[in-house]
Amino acid sequence: MRDPKNTPTAATPTTGKTRTESKTSSKTMTGASILWECLEREGVKVVFGYPGGAILPAYDALKHSKIHHVLVRHEQGATHMADGYARASGEVGVAVATSGPGATNMVTGIATAMLDSIPIVCITGQVGSKLIGSDAFQETDITGVTLPITKHNYLVTHASEVARTIREAFYVARSGRPGPVLVDITKDAQQGTCEFDWEAAKPQLPGYRPDLSPAPAEYEQALELIHNSKRPLILAGHGIMVSGAMREVRDFAERAGIPVALTLLGIGAFPASHPLNLGMMGMHGEAWVNHTIQEADLLLAFGMRFDDRVTGNLKNYAPNAKKIHIEIDPAEINKNVKVDVPLVGDLREVLLELLPHVESIDRSEWLDSIDRLKGDSAVRDIQNLPDSGHLYAAHVINDLWHQTRDGNTIVVTDVGQHQMWEAQYYKHEHPRSLITSGGLGTMGFALPAAIGAKVACPEAEVWVVVGDGGFQMTMCELATLVQENLKIHIAIINNGFLGMVRQWQEFFYDRNYAATPLLNPDFVKLAEAYGIRSMAVSERSQVVPAVEAARRHEGPMLINFKVEQEDTVYPMVAAGAALHDMIRRPSPIVETAEDE
Amino acid sequence: MLNTFMVYVENKPGVLTRVASLFRRRAFNIDSLTVGRTEKPEVSRMTITVDADRDQARRIEANLYKLVNVLLVENITNQPAIIRDLALIRVAATHDARSHVLELASVFRGRVIDVSPESLTIEITGAEDKIDGLIEVLRPYGVLEMVRTGIVAMRRGSRTNGNAATESTAQGAANDDVSYSV
Repeated sequence: MRDPKNTPTAATPTTGKTRTESKTSSKTMTGASILWECLEREGVKVVFGYPGGAILPAYDALKHSKIHHVLVRHEQGATHMADGYARASGEVGVAVATSGPGATNMVTGIATAMLDSIPIVCITGQVGSKLIGSDAFQETDITGVTLPITKHNYLVTHASEVARTIREAFYVARSGRPGPVLVDITKDAQQGTCEFDWEAAKPQLPGYRPDLSPAPAEYEQALELIHNSKRPLILAGHGIMVSGAMREVRDFAERAGIPVALTLLGIGAFPASHPLNLGMMGMHGEAWVNHTIQEADLLLAFGMRFDDRVTGNLKNYAPNAKKIHIEIDPAEINKNVKVDVPLVGDLREVLLELLPHVESIDRSEWLDSIDRLKGDSAVRDIQNLPDSGHLYAAHVINDLWHQTRDGNTIVVTDVGQHQMWEAQYYKHEHPRSLITSGGLGTMGFALPAAIGAKVACPEAEVWVVVGDGGFQMTMCELATLVQENLKIHIAIINNGFLGMVRQWQEFFYDRNYAATPLLNPDFVKLAEAYGIRSMAVSERSQVVPAVEAARRHEGPMLINFKVEQEDTVYPMVAAGAALHDMIRRPSPIVETAEDE
Repeated sequence: MLNTFMVYVENKPGVLTRVASLFRRRAFNIDSLTVGRTEKPEVSRMTITVDADRDQARRIEANLYKLVNVLLVENITNQPAIIRDLALIRVAATHDARSHVLELASVFRGRVIDVSPESLTIEITGAEDKIDGLIEVLRPYGVLEMVRTGIVAMRRGSRTNGNAATESTAQGAANDDVSYSV
């Protein structure tokens, strides 16, 4: 274990926008006014929220603030929007809700952000401090409820605590391994007054050390493993984006001649078109990528955490490989996979330290053997199967990619089959161009997260790729989309099933499709009710014209793609199976014995 | 094996819940947990014993550090340390047995703190196995009631790492490298 005494304690936060006109003298303000003032000073331009009794003093004070408030239709939406905002921009997203039900509605969004290390700050109102513990109207112990799903949380009971708490919340949310922070502010703390002094309200976090770095000996061990490896592989994760290490990862891979496999959240961290890019790993990763992992003699894990969805059965995961784990969170080291050399620190800084010492090695033999692993994968690809007259989701996503690949496009997916097809068929070249709920797998994420992404990046072309099931979980946010006048395109991949669950039932539950067929509304009419232009598509030839029509249209548009009902995501590593043990799409030409 | 952690935390409301919740969340079983004040009013100190192997113990330590309110964690499992537990034991002791019980208590350096016609209450402080030993020999007389605090621990010698955790208030520790075992 790293000795924390060797690292700077209680690092002074450098984040937070310092204003040129420094307000030296303090002035008397209400807690509510201090809240907005501090959010502005932290660089917040927009918050996503929903008012209610216990947060009303804060809303009353909003009129003096420059911050734009987006009224959502459900507090879960507010958290996903803050999340999408953070994922698209790299800045902290902010969600606001009232006490009790307002706060508990945020729980799913907070857990989503926690599992994917997304910096969001959630502000909730709380009943008056004298009523706490009395089961007052709309009272919930939200700091207790969210304790295991926040990076940290606060209960504020005095106006004088608001400033420091907000500053600490932003610092904690965005530093180290980012995550959600909740600040619960009692009504009397919002109403009360105190002297406000930004400078005096500096964070005081003596136990918080987000800035660890590896020891010199660990660097040397890592370099030795790298230089001695004949079959190395980089596992590229979300940490690359968080650390801003895209360039360094590329330099590293190119200099050392090491191929790169991506996690779901790592997509975009390394260009899809790069010759060293292999594609996605894991449960629905490319077959050759999983085989490559199993055959590698060295895995370099860059900002990823060996989630069970990428490792398969741990007992026979990468049995021949030494492992180097570069990770900012020491608690991830040896959690799932035992590693040989842990390098705990910020990925970019660690790579900058390693890069000058990395020798250029010819690994063409290894790269050639990976090429051979691809085998008949192309033949099995649905893109290359004869046209059966049916519309497959993969067709839709492939065509969408072809139409939008050259633009500044952000695709926001929901969770399920369409998400995996997006990951397989949309080739992302840029970081933050795919926004998806990985760790928690939150259905209903896509539409609100896309709203957040579009608010963060108004210049980007934002596409929602969403299943008919997940869409109905948060479709109330269509009203928010229209209210904010956002040009977002929605592609519903409609197969009339909870497709991924149906797929599991097909493989593992004897095709007993219990509770997976969906009775759907007419999505076209639904969109029209919100004033959103809409069309339905059920043939492949109509996909491109529909995408073009959406792009030409000046407002938002919803396309209901009616796709093959019982299509399946291949390959698939069954839960608990070894990574190389994949269920493959039957090959139309030859059945190979290569894969079980 | 049982691991003993000394955990220095900020003396703030809710910190005990955060620590306890972490152990539950990560499915580690706490064997004993004590918490109390220290020489510094802003710092509380926990002594936590957990059944864990080496890797698990490292992960517990790393996870404890992830809690914003945790200042310092020391695993003193294989370190020279003073470890003390306190027990109150009420033993059935009528006229005949009383002198035997008193004798046993004094052998273990326990103190009798309450006497009634039917029972004696003994206070004993010491390492856990010493207290286990006393309870064992008292059992035949009838242990009517017993409560233990769980252990508190301190490193032997002059190392006072707690100060490193709160530099702002660090006091010059006695620079005495000699440790006397008593």
